[in-house]
Amino acid sequence: MSGIPHDHYEPKSGIEKWLHSRLPIVGLMYDTLMIPTPKNLNWMWIFGIVLTFCLVMQIVTGIVLVMHYTPHVDLAFASIEHIMRNVNGGHMIRYLHMNGASLFFFAVYVHIFRGLYYGSYKAPREITWIVGMLIYLMMMGTAFMGYVLPWGQMSFWGATVITGLFGAIPFIGEPIQTWLLGGPAVDNATLNRFFSLHYLLPFVIAALVAVHIWAFHTTGNNNPTGVDVRRGSKAEAEKDTLPFWPYFVIKDLFALAVILVVFFAIVGFMPNYLGHPDNYIEANPLVTPAHIVPEWYFLPFYAILRAFTSDVWVVMFASWITGGIVDAKFFGVLAMFGAIAVMALTPWLDTSSVRSGRYRPMFKWWFWLLALDFVVLMWCGAQPAEPPYSTISLIGSAYWFMYFLIILPILGVIEKPLAQPETIEADFEAHYGKSETPAE
Amino acid sequence: MIKTFAIAAVAALTLSGTNAYAAGAAGEIHDVDFSFEGPFGKFDQNQLQRGLQVYTEVCASCHGLQYVPLRTLGDEGGPHLPADQVRAYAEQNFEVFDAELDDTRPAKPSDNFPANTGAGAPDLSMMAKARAGFHGPYGTGMAQLFKGMGGPEYIVAILDGYTGEEKEEAGTYFYENTAFPGGWISMAPPLSDEQVEYADGHDNSVHHMAEDVSAFLMWAAEPKMMARKQAGLTGVIILTIMSVLLYLTNKRLWARVKGKKSA
Repeated sequence: MSGIPHDHYEPKSGIEKWLHSRLPIVGLMYDTLMIPTPKNLNWMWIFGIVLTFCLVMQIVTGIVLVMHYTPHVDLAFASIEHIMRNVNGGHMIRYLHMNGASLFFFAVYVHIFRGLYYGSYKAPREITWIVGMLIYLMMMGTAFMGYVLPWGQMSFWGATVITGLFGAIPFIGEPIQTWLLGGPAVDNATLNRFFSLHYLLPFVIAALVAVHIWAFHTTGNNNPTGVDVRRGSKAEAEKDTLPFWPYFVIKDLFALAVILVVFFAIVGFMPNYLGHPDNYIEANPLVTPAHIVPEWYFLPFYAILRAFTSDVWVVMFASWITGGIVDAKFFGVLAMFGAIAVMALTPWLDTSSVRSGRYRPMFKWWFWLLALDFVVLMWCGAQPAEPPYSTISLIGSAYWFMYFLIILPILGVIEKPLAQPETIEADFEAHYGKSETPAE
Repeated sequence: MIKTFAIAAVAALTLSGTNAYAAGAAGEIHDVDFSFEGPFGKFDQNQLQRGLQVYTEVCASCHGLQYVPLRTLGDEGGPHLPADQVRAYAEQNFEVFDAELDDTRPAKPSDNFPANTGAGAPDLSMMAKARAGFHGPYGTGMAQLFKGMGGPEYIVAILDGYTGEEKEEAGTYFYENTAFPGGWISMAPPLSDEQVEYADGHDNSVHHMAEDVSAFLMWAAEPKMMARKQAGLTGVIILTIMSVLLYLTNKRLWARVKGKKSA
């Protein structure tokens, strides 16, 4: 493996040599765990482990839930109550799984915004970034389909609304929607395929996670300064880095434990806080809930979806120029997916030669405005689609696109960056002083 | 940087707290100080038994509890009736259809409470979780953090919220209720003062009966609440200890590479 020079596994005993010449699995694990990691990583870099933990927890609790769940429109809702009431520990497993999704998204959002701030998407980490975005898309699909499985009112109507988005595509929308649902409306066929995919996708995510890790193990981690690790020689690299084990494993595990304290408090004391009461009512195609709201982690994009109503001039313009093919509904769908697409294209939209936002005085402000924008959109997504929320959503959505499509490209040209430290070692020593005894 | 990040993240989570049940014109719902609220709250066993009595004598005539197994009335952390009382209660109060007999027979503890859809009344198994009492402020759902989800409060408010006004629309009677979204509910006032005679002599005004039956319905919706809080607390304690140990390990580990700050 290319990358930062470091020690490699040397098989010593006979059996180790025997195995290594046939399957160098120990060497792979050694190289993965001992990867030189910039020693100045701050606490924003702990979310990789949190996310890995979430994936494992969701898969393990999910597999147990599947043992007791029945994917059928007449039985699904009752089987969830069976899990909650009759299965030993079932209520805890289900609540862990339910809230585990929230922890997963909380961590992924911090992880993404960390990447956006420190320029982790910039060359040479574009592939890591793109794969990360794919993982995020898969997570959204998985979470959405998982939310349908309990077959409550929000499950059913959420599925109806979201699959309806595909129906907004001109000409081919309706056949696509029917194909996705397995029929003209959300029904047993829909529940079954969502169940199947909800079980499948996490393993696709796991594979993508391996690629994600592989990619950044080749380029090396970014770090708060954005300055590259010196990789001329092993000795030089060691001045900037420390091996992942034990330094970062222990640090990350400490952070994970602290986060899990909060997580367990939520699961134990208010497991339904992030849920919606209507999902404790069995799905009923004849009764529409007063207010259909997706889970909190979809709200920012839901707000963007709803922001572009037919009275917005861009929508009118798009409709006029396409001869009515692009209507408000389709425009909203394009905007929602576009909001994620522009984020995925950040590596090519950001023209600045400086990676870390720490040394970009103007960028900082726009970045924090974007973070605020995300929270505001999240709040708007939960409100009814009426003034003043619709106006705020529209402004928020406009800023989202402006940030990626206009501000990032321009900033790189007009901004005068601050001086960056020469090396990671210099940054580390500026914080912690010179090490008295060099590591190892 | 990190601090601002953390603040933003926490704000995002609490603000979003979905619970933007900004749904419809919500009625008036007041906080009730239930014994089971908060991390250490417990069900009051006597209250659950009184609530069961109200359910059985009043609500059960129209509302089912189809997801609640009768045997769980004997569970610890619930009404905790003795086994023989559970059996007697099931037999005396409910008939169930038995497919093997092709006939009805008295209910057994291994049955669930029967469904009851005759009057078009909703099932009450999850009612305490299927309604939100508190939305605000500004649709953030923050109030729920401090007051609980509000489902039981909603039930109390409905039972206690009749004004006495009624109207007829297309042959259906509606009763004015200050807690019901829209103000008019099709359920006739189910409770009147002293309707249920409590064995323990507890106050049987409408408000008290409403509180008792709401507590019972909270248990029906969340029968494992006490086990869950216990598990949560155990988790929090163990993980706190682990956090401290890992903090110390981490500090010691990094002390080797971090020099003394010179400036």
